[in-house]
Amino acid sequence: MSHGPATQWGEDKAIAYKTKFGLWLFIIYVLVYIGFIWINVSSPKTMAMIVFAGQNLAVVYGFGLIALAFVMGIIYDYLCTKKEEELNVEGSDK
Amino acid sequence: MIYNASPFAVAIFVAFVLGVLWLSSFFAKKTQTSQGYYAAGGDIHWGVNGIAFAGDYLSAASFLGICGMIAFSGYDGFLYSIGYLAGWVVALFIVAEPLKRYGKYTFTDALNFKYNSRGIHLTAAISTLIVSICYLIPQMVGAGSLVTPLLGMPHYVGVILVGAIVIFIVATAGMASTTYVQFLKGGLLIIFSTILSICIFVHGIKNPPSEDYHKFQTINATVINENLTAIESDEYQIVGTNKNADGHFVKLNKAGVNTWWNLIEKDGNAYLEETLTVVKGKDGTELYNGEPKEAEKFYQVGHVSKLVVDGKEVTETGSVSPFKFLTTIEESTIVRFTKVIFMDNGDKVSLWYQTPTPGQEIMRPGLRFKVDKGSTFMSKLDFVSLMIALFFGTSALPHILIRYYTVSSAKAARKSTIVAITSIGFFYILTLFMGLGAMTTGVLDVQSSNMAGPLLAKFFGVAIFSIICAIAFATVLGTVSGLIVAASGAVAHDLISNYMGINLTDRGQVKAGKIAAVVVGIIAIFLGIAFKGVNVSFLVGLAFAVAASANLPAIIMMLFWKRTNAKGISASIVVGIISALTIILLSPKTFEVYGLPAASAPIPMNNPGIISIPLSFITLVVVSLMTKKNEHDWEGKGQQA
Repeated sequence: MSHGPATQWGEDKAIAYKTKFGLWLFIIYVLVYIGFIWINVSSPKTMAMIVFAGQNLAVVYGFGLIALAFVMGIIYDYLCTKKEEELNVEGSDK
Repeated sequence: MIYNASPFAVAIFVAFVLGVLWLSSFFAKKTQTSQGYYAAGGDIHWGVNGIAFAGDYLSAASFLGICGMIAFSGYDGFLYSIGYLAGWVVALFIVAEPLKRYGKYTFTDALNFKYNSRGIHLTAAISTLIVSICYLIPQMVGAGSLVTPLLGMPHYVGVILVGAIVIFIVATAGMASTTYVQFLKGGLLIIFSTILSICIFVHGIKNPPSEDYHKFQTINATVINENLTAIESDEYQIVGTNKNADGHFVKLNKAGVNTWWNLIEKDGNAYLEETLTVVKGKDGTELYNGEPKEAEKFYQVGHVSKLVVDGKEVTETGSVSPFKFLTTIEESTIVRFTKVIFMDNGDKVSLWYQTPTPGQEIMRPGLRFKVDKGSTFMSKLDFVSLMIALFFGTSALPHILIRYYTVSSAKAARKSTIVAITSIGFFYILTLFMGLGAMTTGVLDVQSSNMAGPLLAKFFGVAIFSIICAIAFATVLGTVSGLIVAASGAVAHDLISNYMGINLTDRGQVKAGKIAAVVVGIIAIFLGIAFKGVNVSFLVGLAFAVAASANLPAIIMMLFWKRTNAKGISASIVVGIISALTIILLSPKTFEVYGLPAASAPIPMNNPGIISIPLSFITLVVVSLMTKKNEHDWEGKGQQA
C-alpha cells in the first residue's frame, strides 16, 4: 500500500540547498567527533592535560562537542529558513 | 538501610501516575483514526515536539544509567552522554527533513516511499520490532530499580507495574498522550536535574561526606612470606582467606558474625581494610556484611579520601562553581569500590573493596573502557565501536523517527530537532555533575549503579528525591509508551496492512495496533525481569548498535545513492540485525548475563557497531549492484516541504 506524506505542503525549492548544506555540516561534525575518538584511543593521557579554566582536554572537548552540535544546529536552521523564505514564494510552516 | 519507602514519595509517585493516566484518557478521543493514533494528528507544535523528543530520548538510560556509570566509572560514563548527543547531528542534518517529507506513520513508510516493496515492509517492520524490544529491556530494568527505593517493593513488581500502566496508555491513546507525557516529563526532568545540580554546587564536597557516613575500619596485620599470620585485634579471629587475581581477602569472625576484609601491604606495613559483602549461602541464605539485610549493616558508599583545593588538603570546600567542582575532583583522590566474586566453601561471595583513585584518572577516559592501562587492540576497537553506534544509532531509533510525523512540516521537524539538541545537550552536561556528585556524597548502592541519581537526590531531602523518582518513573513510562507505539505501528501498519495486504479499515488498523501494543508490552515485562541488575545505559548502547546496523545504512543510502534498490535495502536490514545480534549474544557482557564466565565468550568485544554497520552498508551496495534497479520511478516524489 502506497501513500503520501503525513501532511500536504507547498513546493519547497530549497531542498537541494538544505541537503547539501546539511551534508557539509555533518561532515565537519564527523571530523571533530573522529578527532575526539582518535585522541581517546591513541593518547588517552593527552585527555588529562589542563587546557582551559582549570579543566582538562576530556572535559573541554566533551562539552565542546555538545556545544558545537547546538551552534551548528542554530546556524543550519537560520540559513535554511532564510533560503526557504528566499526561494519559496508561499510560506507553509506554522 | 539504603531503601526505605517514604509515604511522601509514594504520594508524589501516585499523583504522577494518576496524572499520566488522566492525560491518556483525555487524549483517547484522538485515537479514532490511524493518523490520530500513530502521528497524534500531525499537528503538534514544533516546540512541544522538541521537548517531547527530549522526553523520548532522556530515557532511563540517560538519567539512571549515565549518572550511575559516571558515579562508578567517572568520565567513561560521560562518554555515553557525548555519543548520545552527537547522534542528534545525524538526525538534524541528514534524516529529519527527508523522513518528514517521505513518511506518514512509521519509518518504514519513508524507507519504502521510493520503492513500494513488500520486502522492505517486512524487514523494516521486523527491525522496528527488534530494536524497540532491545530498547524496552533497559527501560523496564530501570523501572524495576526505581520501585525498590520508592515503594519498597521488589524489582519485578516495578517492571510489571510499568508494563501494565504503559499498556493502558498506549492501548487507549497512542501517540497523542505519549507526546504530552513526554513533553511534561522531559521538561520536568531538565528542571529538576538543574535543581539537583545546584544543590551539589551549594553543598560542595566534604570529607567525610556526612556525619553518619560509615567509617570503614582497618586492622594492622602481620604478613610473613605473603601469608597472613596475625592481626592486631582481640575481638576478631581469622577464619578463612581467599587469594585471587584481584587480591587477598580475609574472613574474620567476631561474636559469631563473619565479615570479609581486604589485605593490603604498603611501604612494608600490612593491614586489613573492611569491605562490603553479599554472601549467598549454598543453603539459600543471603547475608549482607555477615548479617541479614534487616540488620542494616550494608552501607552506602562513595567518598573522597583526600580532598584538595588549590593544592591544599581540606575537609570541605563550601559552595563551589561548576568549574571549581570539576577542578576539585581533578585534584583530589576519590574512593571507588571494585567488585570481585569468588566461592568460599560453596558460598558465593560478592565483595566490594575500596580503590582510592586519583581525580586525574576519574576525569579522563580509561576506568571502564580499556583505552589506556591494560588496553589491548580489541578493547580499543570495542570502545571505537561503541562511540560509532552511539553516533549513528540515534537517527535510526524507531520511536525517535516516528516523532517526525507528529509535526506539520519538514521545517517544523527541523526546528523541533534543534529544540531537542538544546535541551538534551544541556541535560547531558548536568549528568557529569550529578554523577560526580553521587560519587562523592556517600550515597552509592554498590549493587545498583542505576540508582545513583535518585539516591543523590535523597541526600538532599525526601522532597526532591520523591519528585526525581516520580519523574524518572514517568521517564520510563513515556519512553516505553513511545517504543510500544512504534512497535505496534510496525505490526499493524507495516506487517498486517502493507505486507500481508489485509485490507483493514482505519479503525481496524488502530485496533490491530492496540492489540500489538499489549503483546509487545507483555514481552517487555518478561525481558525486564530477566535482565535485572545490568546497567541500563550499557543495555541502551546495545539497542543503539542494533538500530544503527539495521536501519541507518538503509536510510542513508536511500537518500544519497540513486542506485539503491528495494532488495539492497531489505538485505542490508537483515544482515544488520543478524550481525549485530549475533555479536551481542556471543559477547563477554552477555555471557555474564547467562551466568557464564565473560572470558569464555567466543567474540571478545561487547559492542558490535564497528563490524555490523559497515557489513550492512556493504550488503546494501553489493545486493543493489547485483540486482535490477527498482522499476518504480520515484524521481520527483517528496519534493514538498
